[in-house]
Amino acid sequence: MEYEAPDDLLYTSDHEWLRRDADSQDEVTIGITEFAQEQLGDVVYLELPAEGTELTAGAPFGEIESAKTVAELFAPVSGELIGVNGELEDRPELVNESPFDEGWIVRVRVSDAAELDNLLDADAYRALIPED
Amino acid sequence: MSDQQNGGPLTQLALRERHVARGARFAPFAGWEMPLQYEGIVAEHLAVRERVGVFDVSHLARAWVEGPEAGEMLRSVTTFDVTSLPEGQAHYSLYCNEAGGIEDDVFIYHLPDDRWLVIHNASNADSDFERLQAVAGSAASEVTPQTVMLAIQGPEAIALLGSVLSEDIPSMQPRECAELDWQGTSVLFARTGYTGEDGGECIIDTEHAGALWDALTEAGATPAGLGARDTLRLEAALPLHGNDIDATTHPYEAGLGFAVSLDDVAPFTGREALAELKAQPRTRRLAHLAARARGVIRAGFEVREPGGTETICCLTSGAYSPSLRLGIGMAYLPAEQAKRGTMLEVDVRGRALPVEVVRRPFYRKPKDE
Repeated sequence: MEYEAPDDLLYTSDHEWLRRDADSQDEVTIGITEFAQEQLGDVVYLELPAEGTELTAGAPFGEIESAKTVAELFAPVSGELIGVNGELEDRPELVNESPFDEGWIVRVRVSDAAELDNLLDADAYRALIPED
Repeated sequence: MSDQQNGGPLTQLALRERHVARGARFAPFAGWEMPLQYEGIVAEHLAVRERVGVFDVSHLARAWVEGPEAGEMLRSVTTFDVTSLPEGQAHYSLYCNEAGGIEDDVFIYHLPDDRWLVIHNASNADSDFERLQAVAGSAASEVTPQTVMLAIQGPEAIALLGSVLSEDIPSMQPRECAELDWQGTSVLFARTGYTGEDGGECIIDTEHAGALWDALTEAGATPAGLGARDTLRLEAALPLHGNDIDATTHPYEAGLGFAVSLDDVAPFTGREALAELKAQPRTRRLAHLAARARGVIRAGFEVREPGGTETICCLTSGAYSPSLRLGIGMAYLPAEQAKRGTMLEVDVRGRALPVEVVRRPFYRKPKDE
């Protein structure tokens, strides 16, 4: 199966994506990839920190529960959490149905833009997705 | 859900290619390679609750015990008085040890001509069959590899079975069983299941099983995997051997007293211990816990008093309930805490999730409300 990985996003080897805001270069939106949601199966609950929490690149900041398992969410970059997707509280399945759009998870104000250089582009990420 | 037999190769299902064609994702279970899910656990779960699903449960071990003494032989190793079971009836029963601990839970079908079929859990298949052989010798025979077992479950299951398998099915009562003719072969059918829904289970020879699977799915049964089977049985508060019941738990504390007959005088393994246990007050009970905040509780998580630090017990099962949209689980609580309405906490990786003791089952069909 071919998994989608849009060209305009940055990625981590933990199968998360990051989208830079068009008008504010230090604000980013973060979610999990199509491959990640497929591996997890039905997402049923997300445990996320409150707005204002400081995230550290590479450190876990939340949990994503599926019907069959649980996975940690890792911060792709350091920065302040400035928003969580409230829609997911009642409709966690949006992470499965629309992982790159309506199923976004958190927004972060990046504290060190240089960390973005450590992330993967779409081609590099696609090469990481295991073949089924 | 993942007790794989050490090292050995997994047994593949006779209908494996059909599961692959339906997009199955497989997982090892009790030495078998089983479909964990097809389109997704939640969708399959809801298909069974709202319409009809079909499960390949061929991993369940199937053994015949035959002959005029077969009923008495079975009675000597199981807790339910199967000799009182009329022909054409199936019943839930237990294998207990001398201490009254549950070695396995089983279903026993009484068929005409002194033929009895016993359904064992896959993880206990070898020890269960040895138990039968010890009392029945060559009158016991395993038929697991030669047959396929399918469970058809859901509010539309009986109508579907009536049109696909036999028009006799809709008039059968719960736990009735019969051998039916279907396309030139014999199908053993019982109006039983493990989901809390109406439906039945079919045992058919492997040669004809593919055609039956195709007929059921073409008629609208949604293929459902072990993932949905586990959430459905937990919502129905049906115990899973190896999780909620095992050799260290007894039927009365597990709420399975209905499967133990002590009114007759027939000796059976564990009888004396069970009679004593029945007479004693319960020290603990298998309680049913529903989360009162968002989050998922799972088997092995620790249960505590609200705000407490001491572990009372661990969950024997736990899952997200797709029908109720909350975390549910079971645990052996001290009798005084096992009462409905008791508030407790479950430790979810360091986070305290409030839970309440509720009545069973967790899920009731709309018409039962």
